Amino acid sequence: MKTKPRTLIALDILALILLGVSSYLALVFAPTEATMGQVQRIFYFHVATAWVGMLGFIAAGISGIIFLVTRNLKWDRVEVASVEISLVFFFITIVLGSIWARPIWNTWWTWDPRLTTATITELIYIAYFMLRQGIEDPDRRARFGAIYTLIGSVSVPITFMSIRLYRTIHPVVIGTQSAEAQGGFNMTSDMRFAFFFALISFTIIFVDLFWNRIRLGALADKVELLKLKVMQ
Amino acid sequence: MIFIETPPDTSGYMIAGYAIAFGVMLIYVLSLIIRYRNLNRDLSMLEEIDKG
Repeated sequence: MKTKPRTLIALDILALILLGVSSYLALVFAPTEATMGQVQRIFYFHVATAWVGMLGFIAAGISGIIFLVTRNLKWDRVEVASVEISLVFFFITIVLGSIWARPIWNTWWTWDPRLTTATITELIYIAYFMLRQGIEDPDRRARFGAIYTLIGSVSVPITFMSIRLYRTIHPVVIGTQSAEAQGGFNMTSDMRFAFFFALISFTIIFVDLFWNRIRLGALADKVELLKLKVMQ
Repeated sequence: MIFIETPPDTSGYMIAGYAIAFGVMLIYVLSLIIRYRNLNRDLSMLEEIDKG
């Protein structure tokens, strides 16, 4: 396998620095919210991880379309990488939301439209990996994955819009929220800075992990091919 | 009567949240490193068999 490209090494370092700076901005720089206290600081990573989670699921859907058009297995690797990383980030989103909800909503979990749609999205993509494992032929597996992620990506806009379309207690940060929303707040300029910095940082972290994961997929395919050659 | 409102102490939840977030990210990065290392080992072993 080729040695790691210098650009990727630089991106690894940049991602690490941005994670550190984002943490500082969220935990120290941003002011403490008056009614919720320190737990509000979870918001910065909660939204940023949700953003990259959704971005990856959409990227997987797009990769699926490109695969169906080109039939190039490279796009299957891209799709798998997107889904895997997004699953990790979306899991963090759900856990952080639950921890935030405990002192604010006085419960760890409630079947609110946003929480329900987010959970369904996560489960759809967990099932993606489980179902993929049952298909041995790489072409069939890739075709299945492409169609699955294409249909699965519909869950992303539904999750995003759920707090804007339905009556929900989940707060809306940008836009008007439901009258039942609990835990909403107005961002100060420092909070806004920490928020947008986290969004940009996590996007770069996502790109870095994505590139690394695609390389891993390429290496796995190479090993698989060589294994078949040796076994013949 | 004067009420001085202080924010509730919810720092424990914040610490738990960030600990889990960093923990999950660390586990994922470690899993990438381990998988990469194992595949590289498999590759060099298979290349040796192929040559032989």
